[in-house]
Amino acid sequence: MTSQQRPLLIPSPRTPGKEELPYTPVLGDSLIPVSSYPKPSSGMDSNSQIEINENPHQVPGFIRNSSSQRSISSIQSKTSSGHSVREVNFSETSMKTVRHGSRGADSGGLSTSYKEISDEDARLVYVNDPGRTNEKFEFTGNSIRTSKYSVLTFLPRNLFEQFHRIAYIYFLVIAILNQLPQLAVFGREASVMPLAFVLFVTAIKDAYEDYRRHRSDKIENNRLAWVFQDDKFQQKKWKDIRVGEMIKVSGNETLPCDMVLLSTSDTTGVAYVQTTNLDGESNLKTRYAKQETQTKNPEKERITGLIKCEKPNRNIYGFQANMDIDGKRISLGPSNVILRGCELKNTEWAIGVAVYAGRETKAMLNNSGAPSKRSRLESHMNREIIFLSIFLVTLCTIVCICHGVWLRRHKDELDLMQFYRKKDYSEPEVENYEYYGWGMEIFFVFLMSVIVFQVMIPISLYISMELVRVDYSNGKASTDDLQAEYSVQADGMVLRPKMKVKVDPELLNLSRRKHTDEGRHIHDFFVALAACNTIVPLTIDTSDPSVKLIEYQGESPDEQALVYAAASYGFMLIERTSGHIVIEIQGEKQRFNVLGLHEFDSDRKRMSVILGCPDKTVKVFVKGADTSMFGVIDKSSNMNIVKATEAHLHSYSSKGLRTLVIGMRELSASEFEQWQSSYESASTALMGRAALLRKVANNIENHLNILGASGIEDKLQDGVPEAIESLRMAGIKVWVLTGDKQETAISIGYSSKLLTSKMTQIVINNNSKESCRKSLEDALLLCKKLTTVSHATHGGSTAEVSLALIIDGTSLVYILDTELEEQLFELASKCAVVLCCRVAPLQKAGIVALIKNRTEDMTLAIGDGANDVSMIQKADVGIGISGQEGRQAVMASDFAMGQFRFLVPLLLVHGHWNYQRMSYMILYNFYRNAVFVLVLFWYVLFTGFTLTTAITDWSTVLYSVIYTSLPTIVVGILDKDLSRTTLLKYPQLYGSGQRQESYNSKLFWVMILDTLWQSIAAFFVPLFAYWESDVDGSSIGDLWTLAVVIMVNIHLAMDVFRWYWITHAAIWGSIIATFICIMIIDAIPVLPGYWAFFEIADTKLFWVCLLGITVGALLPHFVVKAIVQYYTPNDLQIAREAEKFQNQRVLRHSQIEMNPIFDPPRT
Amino acid sequence: MNSSTPSSSAGGPGSAESAGPRRNSKRPKYSRFTQQELPACKPILTPKWVISTFLLVSVVFIPIGVVSLFASRDVVEIVDRYENECIPLNSRNDKVGFIQSSQDKTCNRTLRVPKHMKQPIYVYYQLDNFYQNHRRYVKSRSDQQLRSPGSEHDTSPCSPEDSTSDNRPIVPCGLIAWSLFNDTYGFTRNNQQLTINKRGISWKSDRDRKFGKNVFPKNFQNGTLRGGASLDPSIPLSEQEDLIVWMRTAALPTFRKLYGKIEVDLQAGDVIDVTLQNNYNTYSFNGKKKLVLSTTSWLGGKNDFVGIAYLTVGGLCFFLAMVFMLIYLIKPRQLGDPTYLSWNRNPGGH
Repeated sequence: MTSQQRPLLIPSPRTPGKEELPYTPVLGDSLIPVSSYPKPSSGMDSNSQIEINENPHQVPGFIRNSSSQRSISSIQSKTSSGHSVREVNFSETSMKTVRHGSRGADSGGLSTSYKEISDEDARLVYVNDPGRTNEKFEFTGNSIRTSKYSVLTFLPRNLFEQFHRIAYIYFLVIAILNQLPQLAVFGREASVMPLAFVLFVTAIKDAYEDYRRHRSDKIENNRLAWVFQDDKFQQKKWKDIRVGEMIKVSGNETLPCDMVLLSTSDTTGVAYVQTTNLDGESNLKTRYAKQETQTKNPEKERITGLIKCEKPNRNIYGFQANMDIDGKRISLGPSNVILRGCELKNTEWAIGVAVYAGRETKAMLNNSGAPSKRSRLESHMNREIIFLSIFLVTLCTIVCICHGVWLRRHKDELDLMQFYRKKDYSEPEVENYEYYGWGMEIFFVFLMSVIVFQVMIPISLYISMELVRVDYSNGKASTDDLQAEYSVQADGMVLRPKMKVKVDPELLNLSRRKHTDEGRHIHDFFVALAACNTIVPLTIDTSDPSVKLIEYQGESPDEQALVYAAASYGFMLIERTSGHIVIEIQGEKQRFNVLGLHEFDSDRKRMSVILGCPDKTVKVFVKGADTSMFGVIDKSSNMNIVKATEAHLHSYSSKGLRTLVIGMRELSASEFEQWQSSYESASTALMGRAALLRKVANNIENHLNILGASGIEDKLQDGVPEAIESLRMAGIKVWVLTGDKQETAISIGYSSKLLTSKMTQIVINNNSKESCRKSLEDALLLCKKLTTVSHATHGGSTAEVSLALIIDGTSLVYILDTELEEQLFELASKCAVVLCCRVAPLQKAGIVALIKNRTEDMTLAIGDGANDVSMIQKADVGIGISGQEGRQAVMASDFAMGQFRFLVPLLLVHGHWNYQRMSYMILYNFYRNAVFVLVLFWYVLFTGFTLTTAITDWSTVLYSVIYTSLPTIVVGILDKDLSRTTLLKYPQLYGSGQRQESYNSKLFWVMILDTLWQSIAAFFVPLFAYWESDVDGSSIGDLWTLAVVIMVNIHLAMDVFRWYWITHAAIWGSIIATFICIMIIDAIPVLPGYWAFFEIADTKLFWVCLLGITVGALLPHFVVKAIVQYYTPNDLQIAREAEKFQNQRVLRHSQIEMNPIFDPPRT
Repeated sequence: MNSSTPSSSAGGPGSAESAGPRRNSKRPKYSRFTQQELPACKPILTPKWVISTFLLVSVVFIPIGVVSLFASRDVVEIVDRYENECIPLNSRNDKVGFIQSSQDKTCNRTLRVPKHMKQPIYVYYQLDNFYQNHRRYVKSRSDQQLRSPGSEHDTSPCSPEDSTSDNRPIVPCGLIAWSLFNDTYGFTRNNQQLTINKRGISWKSDRDRKFGKNVFPKNFQNGTLRGGASLDPSIPLSEQEDLIVWMRTAALPTFRKLYGKIEVDLQAGDVIDVTLQNNYNTYSFNGKKKLVLSTTSWLGGKNDFVGIAYLTVGGLCFFLAMVFMLIYLIKPRQLGDPTYLSWNRNPGGH
């Protein structure tokens, strides 16, 4: 039973491009390779299943626990033990030219389709002739520039980019307005300061970032590569590499540009590359040199050729080209290119010809990154800014109307007034002095009031935003979006990356009896498992030289699982080159020639490989989705087998396993020849290669004998049921959209506790629009009935009968984008759970759109595969799970996480925190600016509506930059109303965000009242205290400034939940900084307010006023806060108190339901 | 055997627990700041805190209020509004015409001292409805010019009072200086001259650093339209204290400016005769003129507002403290009791 402990390996992320795999490994975990080979003789049917071991502790040997499993799971391949390798030679040597070459012809990744290259769309690369290639100077060199600016262009370009923001334009316009002599409210310096400050800060940030880019560019450009020059490979700097040159790359080196592989150290022309830098996938990818070029050695014979390839594009998974070499035309696909940024691995050297260089390489073209989603934060901000603008315009209008009235009333006296001389008597002839008529004066006053009240639109908000953003995210999206999702589309519950194979001893024994019919069948089955895939075995040295490990690297975790399964039954894949594979069968190495391979594609939903077997037969092995396989089996074969297999498949899928059917056929010599010729012509075809290949595949995949079926279990990740439970308790509706079959989906639904036995299931499975309509109507009726019944029985209590809607992709075809959508939405919103199975990627996005278009609710989509990309991009918040299915989802997402359960802390903890912070910050920002502007405004009423400010212009400008900005930022980043533990313990607390408890119109109006009161207190206390006194404007202005700053900062201090030393420093520091700033301003003799602060601070009345204002202004806020918190506490308040006082009464009230903490926090 | 081999993929879930060394770790450097795990204090408004805060405020505010009120009541203030009375009866229909004419504008007023006034007694003039804080007025000055003789031509903000018709700069320029107050007061008690000390009525900082010691008035009040007082061209600006006081523009449309100090005590019942020159034109904008004699307290002049405000706030806080205490005793709530949580109060409903 040694084989039991054999090949347990790590799967690695799959490349996308296979998103249509029927066995889409949404949850690629444990695997149950199952022989469903129906045995006529024994009752082995049930025994022949290989059970997965659910409990890791029962796994014998070294597979003890999941964490250590990763590190030690490898195959001990006793390559040194001298097993005889039966060398099998296939007679026809011409077979050698038949190759894997079709790879990638159809695996387009993100690309939609390929067109054949026409001449004008092509780029011509003359191999080994860079001079001729670059004759027209149309290709860029290989030097790259990721930096945006040079020393000369920095200022104009950076300014240009900064002024893309509308807010900056606003500040610019205000600064310009202020320069007009009629409107010069502020001193010139003071008016330009805010804008200059923001521009300066941003420019410094940009400059620093760009400097770092410059440096890394320089390093990158000066790296050395071996380039073929003067008949030998010489070292050359990367930046000097030109398209058309041949480059030799050694193992573990990074590729300098995009190259077509010519030859590699491997005799079959295989090279392995790691694309971590490109797409983040850390598995090795196989790339092939064409056989035609593989044998050539440029140092011995001159290579000439012409490569005709696509124009540079961003698609890193696609490449299409032809190469004319030695009079032959061969086609090149994505598997023949190696891209800049990748690393060559497990290959001694590789020679390639540069086809794209510098910024035309795919890596560079992908550098710009996808345009980011407009976050809700920004729309919040815009909404707030509209509010503020309305407020601003209102104030300005009041001022200018008052001014107009004032002018009217005094219009006869204006000539004589000391402060309003209409006539200029200084010249001999009397003329109008700066008086432009009634209308113009009013207009000027309006503009001036905009300048004076500009603080209303907080420039500091933009700085805070930048800083807060840097703090929260790594530049993708702001966490603010996490606040109020309502519907979550969770796709698949996702994988633990472990494979466990439990070997069934009986099957193992059977497989060894290779001379019985049964034994042969099983033998073929496992050969198919081991061979019919694209897995590459890699031999890895260990510290013990006599033991080698084999690791299976491949793009599909399912394939890996199957190969591991085969290996554990003694069918170990040892070597795969483009021409042959070696499988160690029960300790005996056998060589199979790979005569052809038909890649998986989403139309056929199967893949096949044609093998020349050691016994000189040619067999085609096919593996595919059950639906596609039953169509191509040999109808004459034993129907019992088919029936039994179908029954097994059904039982597997209802257990939540992903099924595959494996079939095989022996080819006769004539059949083979016919296939071979058509295959060869198809794989070198220039036009419609993919379609041709598909046709060839369809012809050969026919009349198959069923070998068996396999089931792969997607084991739920840790904590998924608990996570779903928490999300549901938090009031989030969870929808599951999956590509799996209905049975699979339902069983996953049960295991993830999404579905419970108490739920009434509504299943919609229809094939026409009419029947869909009918089902929907019936379901809605049922819905209504159930709710009325429940109302009757429960006396109107809210105990709902929960409904689960299960709908499949075919029905969705008829529903989405038609008038039935409305009904579906209505139905779905009544259901607690919606499960959509067999949905295509675009349908997933359609369902997200269904909700997004009809409600205000936030949608969050989480998924791990390339098939989830469209959905992730569509949803308000897109989360990618970085799993085995590659990085596509992660790259498209706003957030990436390792496991599904991390969604819970993300939403419940960080989402909640950010919601609290942001909503408070929005209110507070409004309050903070409004108080100040109102104080300015009240004063204007006492100056004949002429916009004099007692507060110096410098203080006005610094108010939002220095006096009050830092505490806002610090609290906006650090404050937490509740601890992580509490939030996870009571998921219901998340509901406060959904109910908009921290930001709603009631709060807004209360805040407006508070703002009014505080501004009145701050303004009128000094006014009355200094009424009929000899106080001068500057002194009382300083008092107002300080009063407002202290008040605003203490207001914030009253609302802070958690005091860190940094919070203390920011809040008290700001007040001190304000004092210092005012002292500095008042120490400048050329300002009218010289020494005012020191004079007024010398009087006791000043300090008495300051104290009185602070207490009097904040008293209502304090009283309301105390009353609300004590008498109408909300859940958050109670939880906060409970947290503080460590209430243990929970235990006494046993009827109170508590949720377990499933994710004990670190703190 | 550990997975330090290059191809055993890193970065998958679960690898955090892996014993093998992590390659290319993207994990940010741990710091308590970035992990938001700084030690923190989490205050909560408990009834105890609320009540003690209210009590503290009332304990502080009520005494201050009482003291301020007493201080304000101790201040003796004599206010005499004269702008109407100082116009001869026959000119009262055309006050503006009278004030702009060259008639003798001497006017005698009699003040009675109601209470003992301790020296120093401050003499103020008070103007009502005079918008010294009007934008066009406030801006009409050149601080550079006041400070140094070199900036004599720095008169750009002063228009139209920037230069004479033959383009010589006016020092001090601008509307503020041009409209310098020019009523004068002389006091006699029992036919005995009361000296008014007009030194030290302005800020020392202004005299020392804001108004130049070597800047002399030039071309001042030479225009066709006289705004107010003239200045002696032989006295530097730093010693023109009336100007310095006037140039400290008032914050509010009703304001007082210090005219001088009487440095003897005045007894209750004293009768003071004031001889004033009613020169200043406030009639064109219906401004009032008042003469004020006032003592000061530690809090400044006579103003009950501060005392009353403090007493109100202090009393209110005391009242609130009592109310809160009552409510707290009558209807206490256990802090942090989970039974109050909304989903526990009405199960099923959200």
